[in-house]
Amino acid sequence: MSALPRAAELGLAGCRVCGLVCRDISAPEAACPRCRSRLHRRKGASLARTWALLVAAMILYLPANLLPVMRTASLGDVSDNTILGGVVQLWQNGSPGLALIVFGASIVVPMMKFLVLAMLLLSTRRGSRWARPQRALLYRVIEFIGYWSMLDVFVVALLTALVQFGVFSLVEPLPGVVYFGLMVVLTMLASMSFDPRLIWDGGDGDD
Amino acid sequence: MAPGTPRLLICAHCDTVYRRRALALGEVARCRRCGAELERHHRLGADALLALVLTAMIVFVQANIWPIVTLELNGQQVSATLWGTILAVWREHSQVVALLVAGTLFFFPVFRMLLLGWLLWFARRGRRAPGFRPAMVALHYLRPWTMSEVFMLGALVSIVKARVYFDVTPDAGLYAYAALMLLITVFSGLDLRELWDLGEARA
Repeated sequence: MSALPRAAELGLAGCRVCGLVCRDISAPEAACPRCRSRLHRRKGASLARTWALLVAAMILYLPANLLPVMRTASLGDVSDNTILGGVVQLWQNGSPGLALIVFGASIVVPMMKFLVLAMLLLSTRRGSRWARPQRALLYRVIEFIGYWSMLDVFVVALLTALVQFGVFSLVEPLPGVVYFGLMVVLTMLASMSFDPRLIWDGGDGDD
Repeated sequence: MAPGTPRLLICAHCDTVYRRRALALGEVARCRRCGAELERHHRLGADALLALVLTAMIVFVQANIWPIVTLELNGQQVSATLWGTILAVWREHSQVVALLVAGTLFFFPVFRMLLLGWLLWFARRGRRAPGFRPAMVALHYLRPWTMSEVFMLGALVSIVKARVYFDVTPDAGLYAYAALMLLITVFSGLDLRELWDLGEARA
């Protein structure tokens, strides 16, 4: 394989905001000449920051899934629904396809983000050379699909506004949906604070 | 400040350095080490992009003023707009959720379209708009936080859920969201970094 030089070896850095390639970035307050963002060879304290956000998101994941996210009441008949309960209901009411999409967005995607980020954090700290292209691809995948988890928050919000028939039928949001929304935001922040360039650091660049 | 070298390109995902070369129409440059996209040449010039942004703005206004869905039960009808939804959630003591919805579905998309429209308006004449730099930086940070396309899917899920108990009629707002979803798909393929090449000397 031909040599693919890396910026850190050449004393260069790409601005993370505008992408400009910058030289002489050793100064402590080095800034990009084009967009004036601070320049770093790597995002500051990326691993620690990502761990913190990831653990916080994992903690919120519990109430987000165990607590009900919405209450439906009709003629004195009250029932509280969790995220998973909503998926089951959708499945039984004749939309298994949509149920699978919701299951994917609400349960699989956050789980996958936890697993992938934890795996990336552990393997990059060791400077592992294992499956680098695949790990880089996994990171891009979770960055791309992460925000679709907000789906259930929007569903609860819209049903709250729509199902307003007084004693006949009502939908109210319950605290689970707040935890769920915050959990999604935290997983997004966690994957943003991870620096994928770290995957390729340590050992010799090419295999 | 550190001097910049616009003739080089660094992969944001793995830090590999490349010499920039002119791309053919529609060509996408990928990193040879990690496979991430480096740069793309899109087919659309500033004029076409501005037209798209204006279209998106018009569609966005439609998506916001018209009801999205109407439910009917025992002859009584309830319909919801986006802002009706935000206010309903706020009143039900889920202010955090109301803020999330208002941000990701209204404020961030609005800022993004206005900033992009402003920049493109000047880019058509090959110039940098006043406030170019902060606008470009803001667009970079806003990008992951606009979620109209997720809301479109959420509306479909809500319809299917409500259909079991109510008569459901999709309204104009829903079709506007569907159109917006298509426009957003076009936008998400855009590489705004090209705009930085405008009038570099005037910076």
